[in-house]
Amino acid sequence: MNIVISNKSGLPIYEQIKEQIKAAIICDEIKEGEILPSIRSLAQDLKISVITTMRAYTDLEQEGFVSSMQGKGYFVLPKDSEHIKEQKLREIELHFYDAIAASKIIGLPNDELIQVLKILLEEQN
Amino acid sequence: MENILEIKSLRKKFGQFGVEDVSFSLPKGYIMGFVGKNGAGKTTTIKSILNMLHKDSGEIKIFGLDSLEHEAEIKAKIGVVMDSTFFEENWTLIQTGKALKPFYPDWDDYKFKQMLNTFGLDPSKKIKELSRGMRMKIMIACALAHDPDFLILDEPTSGLDAVARDELMDILKAFITNENKAILFSTHITTDLEKIADYITFIDNGKVMHSDTKDNLMEKYVMVKGGLGILNEDQKRLLIGYQECKVNFDGMILREKLELLPNNLATEPVSMDDLVIRFNKGGIR
Repeated sequence: MNIVISNKSGLPIYEQIKEQIKAAIICDEIKEGEILPSIRSLAQDLKISVITTMRAYTDLEQEGFVSSMQGKGYFVLPKDSEHIKEQKLREIELHFYDAIAASKIIGLPNDELIQVLKILLEEQN
Repeated sequence: MENILEIKSLRKKFGQFGVEDVSFSLPKGYIMGFVGKNGAGKTTTIKSILNMLHKDSGEIKIFGLDSLEHEAEIKAKIGVVMDSTFFEENWTLIQTGKALKPFYPDWDDYKFKQMLNTFGLDPSKKIKELSRGMRMKIMIACALAHDPDFLILDEPTSGLDAVARDELMDILKAFITNENKAILFSTHITTDLEKIADYITFIDNGKVMHSDTKDNLMEKYVMVKGGLGILNEDQKRLLIGYQECKVNFDGMILREKLELLPNNLATEPVSMDDLVIRFNKGGIR
C-alpha cells in the first residue's frame, strides 16, 4: 500500500491518509484481516504527528473499514459493499452539487446541464 | 493519560522579564513543540524544569515526581540538548562520552559509539573541530546514550541547515516510536513542528497563550483575506493580527466566528507561522 502526502493538497493530512487507506481497501490492495502499519511506525515513516495518524485510524474505524484489537493494532474488516456504495453515492451527490452551483453562476439551464452529463457519459463509452 | 511533564503556575521573574503563571502538561508518548518568539520565556521555562534556575513559585512534576525533591532520579532519566554545546572544546568525542558516563547509571557505551557511527561522527575528533550540525548530533548522542524517557531540546535547530534539521526530525521520530517516552522541543523555526509535533504550547511575553494538540490548534483558526471596505469596524475587531494594505486586508479568526463575517472572503488554513505572527501582532485573544 502506498500513502503519499501532499502539503499543498488543501486536505488535512489525516484526511489524506484516511482516503488512501480507504482506496486501498476498496480496490482489495489490502485484504480483509490484514493488519495496518502501527500508528507509531506510520507516523515515523511519514514524519508526521502520532495524533494526526491516530485520527486517521479512528476515523477509519468509525466509518467501519477497520477495527482495533487491544495490543494487536488495526485490521481490515470485511468490506460492507452496501456501506461503500452509500459512501460513493454521497460523493457523487457532492460533485453534482458543485456542478449545479457552477452552472448557476453562468446561468446554464437545467436541460443543458443534463445534456453535458449525457455527452460525457457517451464519451466514456 | 499519564503525564511525563506537569507544570503548574510556574513563575520566574528577572525584573520585567521572565515567565508568570506558566501551566501545561505533556502526556507520555508524544512530542510537544514549545513555540514563541525570541525572549518569550521558552528557555526560562526549560531551565526551570531542569532546576538550572530557581523558580519563584509554582510546581513542576516530571514522571509524576516533584522536580526539586527527586532531582537526581529524574535527571538520570532525562536527556537534554541545549542550543550550544557545554562540552570542553579540546576533548575528543570519546573523551566527552567518558566524562559524562559517571553521571548516568544507565549510560551505555555501546549505544553511544553506535550513535556516533550512525551520525557519521569520528570519535577521535575534538569538539572544537565540529560544525554546527555535528555539534547538535554529539549533544543528541550524549543525551540519548543513557536511554532517557524524556528528551528536552532547547532550540536544537537554530543555525542548522535543512539537511541537518531533517536528520534531527528523523532521530526524534525514531525516539517517539516508543510510546513510553516524550519530547519537549522548543523552537522558533515553526516548519520543524508543522508536521511532527503532537502538541503545541504557545508562549508569549512569559505567558502560555495556548496549549493543545497541534491538529486542534490548526483547525481552531482560519486565515481570511479580502478587499477593503468589506468589513465593518466590529468585524475587523474579530480578526487576530489584522493588517491591511492599499488593495486588500488579511487576518486570522476563530473558525467559529467566521459566520459573523461576509461570505465573499477568501479563507485558507493557518500555518504555524501564521499563528506565531498573528498572535504576536495581537488583536482580541
